[in-house]
Amino acid sequence: MFKSLLIDPNKCTSCLQCELACSYENEGIFNPAKSRIKIFEFEHGLRAIPYTCTQCDEAWCLHACPVEAISINPATGAKEVNDSVCVGCKVCTIACPFGTVNYNSDTGKVIKCDLCGGAPQCAEACPTGAILYVESDWTGYNRMRESAVEAHA
Amino acid sequence: MEHVIIGAGPAGIIAAENIRKLSPNDSVTIVGEEQHPPYSRMALPYLLSGNVGDEGTYLRHGADHYEKLEIKFIQDRIARIVPGNSSVELADGSKINYDRLLVATGSSAIRPPIEGMDLPQVSNCWTLDDAHRLLASVKRGDRVALLGAGFIGCIVLQALADMGLELTVIELADRMLARMMDDIGGDMIKEWCENKGVSVKTGCKALGVTQAGSQLEISLSNNSAIKVDHIVCAAGVRPNMAFLDGSGVDTDVGILVDNSLQTSVSNIFAAGDVAQGPDLSTGGQQVHAIQPTAAEHGRVAACQMTGNRMHYGGSLSMNVLNTLGLITSSFGSWDGVQDGERSTALHRGSSRYLRLEFQDDVLVGALAIGLTQHVGVIRGLIQTKVKLGPWKDKLLKDPSMVMDAYLARVQGTRP
Repeated sequence: MFKSLLIDPNKCTSCLQCELACSYENEGIFNPAKSRIKIFEFEHGLRAIPYTCTQCDEAWCLHACPVEAISINPATGAKEVNDSVCVGCKVCTIACPFGTVNYNSDTGKVIKCDLCGGAPQCAEACPTGAILYVESDWTGYNRMRESAVEAHA
Repeated sequence: MEHVIIGAGPAGIIAAENIRKLSPNDSVTIVGEEQHPPYSRMALPYLLSGNVGDEGTYLRHGADHYEKLEIKFIQDRIARIVPGNSSVELADGSKINYDRLLVATGSSAIRPPIEGMDLPQVSNCWTLDDAHRLLASVKRGDRVALLGAGFIGCIVLQALADMGLELTVIELADRMLARMMDDIGGDMIKEWCENKGVSVKTGCKALGVTQAGSQLEISLSNNSAIKVDHIVCAAGVRPNMAFLDGSGVDTDVGILVDNSLQTSVSNIFAAGDVAQGPDLSTGGQQVHAIQPTAAEHGRVAACQMTGNRMHYGGSLSMNVLNTLGLITSSFGSWDGVQDGERSTALHRGSSRYLRLEFQDDVLVGALAIGLTQHVGVIRGLIQTKVKLGPWKDKLLKDPSMVMDAYLARVQGTRP
């Protein structure tokens, strides 16, 4: 079974270490705007939610890609963007119903979480254990579906 | 079982791959007209821009991808379908029998019915061959008129600008992107293009084209005329389904299919740009000629054709494009629904615009300019028909909180 990011918003202090670690690992700069994980604050920071790709089984981004630029890393299960193949059409950014694929206008390519090849730097950097990289069988889609059903009720 | 797929675009190819996965021992044959390996039209603008070569437009990259999957290709045009014999006839006179047939023939570019559209300096920009011809016939600095500023026109516009051409856009509708942007958005895009040195004539009809020496002269409905070196036509597309005449397969704008992508004739399915299938947000039947729908249709059709029943809720109309650096997107019923409510946020200084449309407390449509972060959640909210509860009022006041609303309502966090 693949490992995945397990996020506990209750432990998040909104320190943004994850965003800095992510942008540094992937873009070589400390710039939260280029991070693939984002902290969303509610009630002026009283609550914060780290949010990124769950590497869902449905893989909406991968299936929508017109040039096979997104593939599954067999070692981690992550859906990874191959920059040399991505043409920057952005179809995946609207196809992903979780909003976790973003367009980077600096490079003309899309960016998304690739689990740092199996050593996610956001989890490494998190000082409170709000982001863990663990064996897990939940997928974001199932959680989303359950939430949607709940919301309908 | 013999599966025959007509059309080698994304819908047809994805269907073939999924049939192979679901029924390893079945036979899969694809009939395609074009001589190139399967490619995506979506990627052609990037070929014109010089960002990728032919291979960069291919749907799959492994040299022996189709061989390994034992997918057989026949390069020919389809002549007709004879459901009574469960067979298709090809242009060369040969026949192929099928147990399950998928029509995924896509669509073709149309040209306005005006004089001069057959002149050699008039091109489409729809197929890989079109792109090759265009690359061979224009050179940097040429004056080019683009007929049509819809979704395809605006994507092509970006590519033509990258090619260093001097551009005039002629659009019949009163605004650019009339089918995915409202007046405000259309005007913002027009102003953006004009600021980048592109001449844009909206509400303007090309009446006819004549040869004027080495150039073409286009007479326009505003009593003026312009001279250009080349015309690129992006005036719309039409589903390829003429070969269905007499087959008994019901058609409207496209081939009518139900929630199984089944046509009116048993054992015949349709997918992709040619299919007029269930629309998730309106409940009606629509042609959604977009890559994600083609991919979904391909997968659903493969399930049905291999006897794995599934109910397809329908496709969502959605688009995203980059017009000279301005990113625009639209989703679902962006123009609103009866008795619905609307919320907009406009900031002209930063070229940003967001419009959300609600029915009760459910998001049913949206359009956005300048939004590139987390834009997919708009699809998520529309598709899962999530009840926004108290967040609807917050979004009516400030639509830019759409990501917060999504997290609060969908990810189960209720601060």
